[in-house]
Formats: sequence, C-alpha cells, structure tokens
Amino acid sequence: MALLEVRGLRAAYGQTRVLHGIDFALEESSITALLGANGAGKTTTLRALCAMVRTEGEVHFAGERIDGRATEDIVRMGVAHVPDGRGTFLNLTTEENLKLGAYARRDRKDVEGDLERVYGYFPRLRERRRQQAGTLSGGEQQMLAVSRALMLRPRLMLLDEPSFGLAPLVVRELFAILAAINQRERVSLLLVEQNAAMALELASHAYLLETGRVVLGGAADELRRNDAVRRAYLGY
Amino acid sequence: MDAFLHQVLAGLATGGIYASLALALVMIYQATHLVNFAQGEMAMFATYLAWSLLNAGVPYWPAFLLTIGIAFVGGILIERVVVRPVESSPVLAIVVVFIALLVILNSVAGWIYTYTLKSFPSPFPQQAAFKYMSPHEIGAIGITLVVLAALYVFFRFTPLGLAMRAAAQNPESARLVGIRVGWMLALGWGLAAAIGAVAGMMVAPIVYLDPNMMGGVLLYAFAAALVGGIDSPGGAVLGGFLVGVLENVLGAFVIGNELKLSVALVLIVGVLLVRPSGFFGRVHVTRV
Repeated sequence: MALLEVRGLRAAYGQTRVLHGIDFALEESSITALLGANGAGKTTTLRALCAMVRTEGEVHFAGERIDGRATEDIVRMGVAHVPDGRGTFLNLTTEENLKLGAYARRDRKDVEGDLERVYGYFPRLRERRRQQAGTLSGGEQQMLAVSRALMLRPRLMLLDEPSFGLAPLVVRELFAILAAINQRERVSLLLVEQNAAMALELASHAYLLETGRVVLGGAADELRRNDAVRRAYLGY
Repeated sequence: MDAFLHQVLAGLATGGIYASLALALVMIYQATHLVNFAQGEMAMFATYLAWSLLNAGVPYWPAFLLTIGIAFVGGILIERVVVRPVESSPVLAIVVVFIALLVILNSVAGWIYTYTLKSFPSPFPQQAAFKYMSPHEIGAIGITLVVLAALYVFFRFTPLGLAMRAAAQNPESARLVGIRVGWMLALGWGLAAAIGAVAGMMVAPIVYLDPNMMGGVLLYAFAAALVGGIDSPGGAVLGGFLVGVLENVLGAFVIGNELKLSVALVLIVGVLLVRPSGFFGRVHVTRV
C-alpha cells in the first residue's frame, strides 16, 4: 500500500486556482521527485499536503485521511516539511532549532541521541551548535532545515527546493546526504526541484507538473528518457 | 545626600513594579506586535480578587498564589474568547477591542467594589529595619527579581518556553514542527496576566486599591518598555528600574510630585523621536 496517496487535490489562493485536481502516490521509504517550471504548483502541492493552504480532494497518509486536519496534527503523524525559504528560527541557536524539530515527539528521552545522529550527517552544524541560526550561511541553513525535519523521526519528508541558492558543490553534498538519510532512516522523501537532472538522479519515481496538473508520471529513468522532458527540463 | 539616596532606592522599588508590567506588555508585543492597553486594568482586577480573598479570611501567601493562578487562567480566557476572534482583523480594530477591555474591566471593578479607596496589605513587616527603604519596598524588589528569574529559566531552559519563543518568532515554521501556535499565544496572555497580578499586588499597598490605580503605572510601564525597546524583555526590565528612579528623583527634586506623570510622557515622546527602537530593541531593516 502506498504511504501517501493524493486524489483530485485542488488548491487556490483567493480566487486564483493553482492546482486543478492532481493525483499521485508515493511508496514507503522511496524517493519521489515533483518536477515542473516556475508557477507549475510544486510548492503549493507540498503546502496543500500540510494544510497550509485551503484544499479540496483527498489526501491519505499511512492509511488515514489527513486532508482537513490541522498542520500541527499532520506533522505529529510523521510528516516533516522542509519549507521554501528554509523556515529557520533566526534568533534561536542551531541547537534550539534542532530541539524544536523534536517538539512534537512523545519520546523525549531519545532527543539527545538523535542530536548526535543528526550531527553525524552534518558535522558543520555541531561546530555551530551555539551560534545564532540567522548567522549561518545559506547552505548551513538548508542543512539545518533538513536536520530539524529529521529530528521529528518522520515517515515522510517534504523537501521544497533544497538546492535553491546553493553552490553546485554544496548541492551535490546535500543530495548525497539525502540519499543516505533515505537509506538509513527508512524515511520517504517527496522532493520538489527545479534542478530536474539532480532530482531524477536521486529519485526512483517522478511526476511532472504543468500549470497545476500532473502531465506525466512514472519511474525516474523513464522520465529521463522521455523526449519532451529532456528538451524542456534537462536541456539536451 | 540621605534624601537623594532614599529617593533613588524608593525609585528602584516602584521601578521593579513598572518592570513587571512592562515585561507583561513586551510578552504580548513579541507574540502579536500589539500593545495590550488593558494590561493595567487586568492587573487591577486581579488585585481586587486578591483583596476579596483576603477579606474572606484567606492568609496572604495562599491568596497571593491563588490570585496569580486565577489571573493566569483569566488571561488565557480573555485571549481565547475576546482576542482570538479579531486576531486577523486590522490593527485598529484590535486596538479598539483592547480599549473596550480596559473600559469594561475598569467599570466592572467600580461596579462591584465601588470607587472608594481601599487599603491593601503588604506581606512584609511594618517596622523599618533599613534606614533608606521600607520593608515593603525591599520585598517588592525581591519579588520582582524572583519573577524575572523564573521567567528567564522558563523561556531559556524548558521545551515549552522554547516553543513559545519559536511561535512568537516564526509562527509558520512553528506549526511545521508541530507547535500549536494558537495555544502558545493564549499561554503568553496567561503569563502576562499573572505577571501583571504580581505587579498589582505589589503596587496596591503603595498607591491604595481603586479601579484607576493602574492608569499611571501602565503609563510608566509603557515608557519603560519603550526605553528598553518594546521587543526586548531584558530592556523592559532595565527600563522599568530606570523609569522608576527618574520619576522619583525628578519628582522630589526638580519638577515636583504633581508633574511626575509627565516624566513618563516626555520619555515616551523622547524615545520615539530619538531612538524609536529603544536602547536594547532590534532595529528592523527591510529590504524593499
């Protein structure tokens, strides 16, 4: 059974409809990429899954319907969102940011251990643990956002353009760690990206969004070989 | 010299009370970017409740703690019932609600307890042990410091305190880590009301209990919060002590007691003109 199943999801900002009924599904501990141009509705899709925008349609997570629930309750079920803009608590320290990630968990006693585990993935954050998060570089803040999501021990992680604004080398490093996280923590990733080449390399499945509709979906390899995708999104 | 020292020390005592109320203002300001004009009347009402408890024969310290508890719950209720529904309204609408709250609390207190002055007991001994300060003044400073220390520990070292800071700073991200932001706001109101209740019970033995007793105090607290920087808790506390001392010293030696309140107004206007972010507040720069 799919971990996440979306049927006929619609969303609008005021009068402007952004999603026109999209369907997709995501397997347990898989990596799925959501591709598309600017304004296709990728960010809105992620926001819709977390009830951060008004929606219609059905969202099933781990066998339960979650559309219509409050953001906090969806998070508590194990959906961690790494938002657009990274969502850093700028005036708190790095470590306080990470502890907040574990806020919704019931098992508080393992938090210290999880901090160590997260610092294992991102040693740079350990060096910066007492530093105000607002003073971290863009790449470090992205690592912090991923780490904060990881502290929830999520079953599903929604990543909104983690590569945005980062140097190519940093992106490569980050994606390698994302692959490791997916393997070791058995957490599913739903990755929204403009960098289609990188995303298709990491993901096993992918969907292509165009102006609020899913126009293509399937194995990442298939999409990579698709002529239309190649010309429009991969550029060769 | 003796008289001067006495005025400074007495100023520290009232300054502590201003600091508490300023802290309550800052707490709500940080979370909502609004100044709660009813903060003083909430404190006054809580003090009347304490008076009722004392009159019913409850000993001072149990009555003190019970009042803080009632004020805390009352603050939460006010947020849930009165403030919540207008949360996303324009600022002016919310300000009108705060002023309505002020007038309602003031009138209801006058209606129940009448407008005649009542004396309110101090929990501290009567006879002076120290030349420059009365026991109540020393006690009030001590209690203020205890409240401040407790708040510091709460916000700094507990998960709930951290969650409240997170919710005030970045509500959207707070929601995404599972924090119930609405409840954090309500909790902030509860804490502010509880702090206000302490300030009320400490100031009442000095100014006597009547429905308008907090009017001046709120003005001083507002000046204190502005001097320190309206978004800085530490600044508000220092501002409180500063305003208390200035008010007392200027009142005694320079402008006379009748004009004391204008010290607060001059400070408010002066700070807004010269340094709008206060001495410890953050300057907000926005890229356009």
